[in-house]
Amino acid sequence: MKILTGNDLKSGAVVWWDGTGWSLYVDEAVDVGDRADEIIAREQSARRVNSAYSLDAERDDKGVRPAHIKDRVRALGPTVRPDLTLKPKDPEAMDWVI
Amino acid sequence: MYKYDSYDQAMVDTRVEEFRDQTRRRLEGKLSEEQFRPLRLMNGLYLQLHAYMLRVAIPYGTLNSAQMHALADIAEKYDRGYGHFTTRQNIQYNWIKLEEAPDLLADLAKVEMHAIQTSGNCIRNISSDHFAGVAADELIDPRPYAELLRQWSSFHPEFSFLPRKFKIAVIAAEKDRAAMKLHDIGIQIVERNGEIGAAFYVGGGMGRTPMIAPCIREFVPLDQLVTYAEACLRVYNRYGRRDTKYKARIKILVHELGAEEYTRQVEEEFTHLLEQGVEPPLAELERIKPYFADPAFETGLPTEIDRSDPDFALWVDTNTHPHKAPGYVSAVISLKPVGGIPGDASTEQMHLMAELSKEYSFDESRVTHTQNIVLPHVKIADLHALWTRLDAAGLGSPNLDTIEDIIACPGLDYCSLANARSIPIAQQISERFAKKGRTQELGELKLKISGCINACGHHHAGHIGILGVDKKGVENYQLLLGGSEAEDTALAKITGRGFDEEGIVNAVETVTDIYLDQREEGERFLDTYRRIGMEPFKEALYGE
Repeated sequence: MKILTGNDLKSGAVVWWDGTGWSLYVDEAVDVGDRADEIIAREQSARRVNSAYSLDAERDDKGVRPAHIKDRVRALGPTVRPDLTLKPKDPEAMDWVI
Repeated sequence: MYKYDSYDQAMVDTRVEEFRDQTRRRLEGKLSEEQFRPLRLMNGLYLQLHAYMLRVAIPYGTLNSAQMHALADIAEKYDRGYGHFTTRQNIQYNWIKLEEAPDLLADLAKVEMHAIQTSGNCIRNISSDHFAGVAADELIDPRPYAELLRQWSSFHPEFSFLPRKFKIAVIAAEKDRAAMKLHDIGIQIVERNGEIGAAFYVGGGMGRTPMIAPCIREFVPLDQLVTYAEACLRVYNRYGRRDTKYKARIKILVHELGAEEYTRQVEEEFTHLLEQGVEPPLAELERIKPYFADPAFETGLPTEIDRSDPDFALWVDTNTHPHKAPGYVSAVISLKPVGGIPGDASTEQMHLMAELSKEYSFDESRVTHTQNIVLPHVKIADLHALWTRLDAAGLGSPNLDTIEDIIACPGLDYCSLANARSIPIAQQISERFAKKGRTQELGELKLKISGCINACGHHHAGHIGILGVDKKGVENYQLLLGGSEAEDTALAKITGRGFDEEGIVNAVETVTDIYLDQREEGERFLDTYRRIGMEPFKEALYGE
């Protein structure tokens, strides 16, 4: 699947396109098919997101998993500061990030 | 240390309000990201892997306690309770909100600090020896000259859009503690026939094409220092490549022209510039110098240390440096606790370091390019009290210049350019060697880790270097040996094929085993490597 990510313009937070808006949680990312450029242009123009791009991902029974390690680290947060990650209590988080 | 005059303060305050207006226009949609990006970068605001990142300039790494307290307050108010001290004596914050950045910069300006020219293709923060003005082996204090160059390079209109970023380091000792020859310009203050002048090394750097700067002029009179620097920059600005950023640094120009031809052009430009009167009046240097005058050192102080506490004695042996004034030493606070993140300091730790600098070090601290903090003027008699408080706060690691004192870039945990994580490798190595109790046995061993070819972790200059690469989407680590960023500057060589995360930690242990097995009396790891060469290490690593 193709999903979209970017950074919230005001806060800089990593966000994922959930079909109607931008979510902090990669699990809520949806497949945008061939609409990536259209959505990115519209959302950046509306100043909701910055530096957006599309990426490959897979959905399994536990959630959406970006294909590349860099995007998986984006999804979780720094692997060396679990206290700052979105899912600090998820015991399996590191298993799919690295 | 230097105090802003009304011009300095007005420039910084004006810049804050200018950026506030630019940010407002960006948020209102009157500036596109394409238009805004160079403006935020010129104010040190990057967009990184997780959020905006702000890099704050710390000129030649010197801070007073009010500034260190302010850095701590910023970490608490605008970030997530910590900051990261960098390999160019700056500090970075990882979680900054764009809408709050102007207020942050205003808070910085209140303590005479800013983030100007910490990004972009301009002259960056001037770095120096972290023992400047203190070290017993120093000719003179290089910081007045670094400050003069800071003022010259700040907002210099001709050098605001160079082909690429430009880094300058200034030292005044034979011992190089600032990686001077790995800068675009390295300046060493020297003495010749009783006169003080400057040697210029131009065209060094790390990154994807590491080069050691050749000396292009052994002596420039100090009253022509800025003019000569201007000539070096002018030739680069005119002929440096702008067609590809990968070949845009001055090292490529010097390499392609040849040092001799580059020098000829600089000398020609220098002769021309001498007629133009670009050198600041000596009165400006004389105005600056008193800010760097020695504090009121006491005399008749005890020089003996009670070494009955072995932990304290080890810290003294490892983390203090001789001071020019009897009865004093410079104490280095390690930001490398075992298993910790190199260079990170929490809000509480920064406040403590500020308090200790005020209490024990004439209100002064320094950031080192190895990501530690120096209290430059500590009475020997105060060392035990200082160490006790540092140790209680997790800041008393006795590991300076050892295998635990690792330089590591933020790597893939924070950086959008990185290909692999650096910090976890540093953590595992320090834990491995601390657990085995081999850190002290190995002696001086400088290990440096970069998460990509840009080499922010100085891997080219490590006695042991590690470079993280992306191998088909998986982190892979190359091992390098034999580098140095000291006065014996050398570029490390790759051992061979790379390793995975666990493998690279094992590989580091393997090469240290070879060192311990083969070292001769008094040899550091680097000395043994230079004597026996790469082959024994390769054989142990790969069986070749």
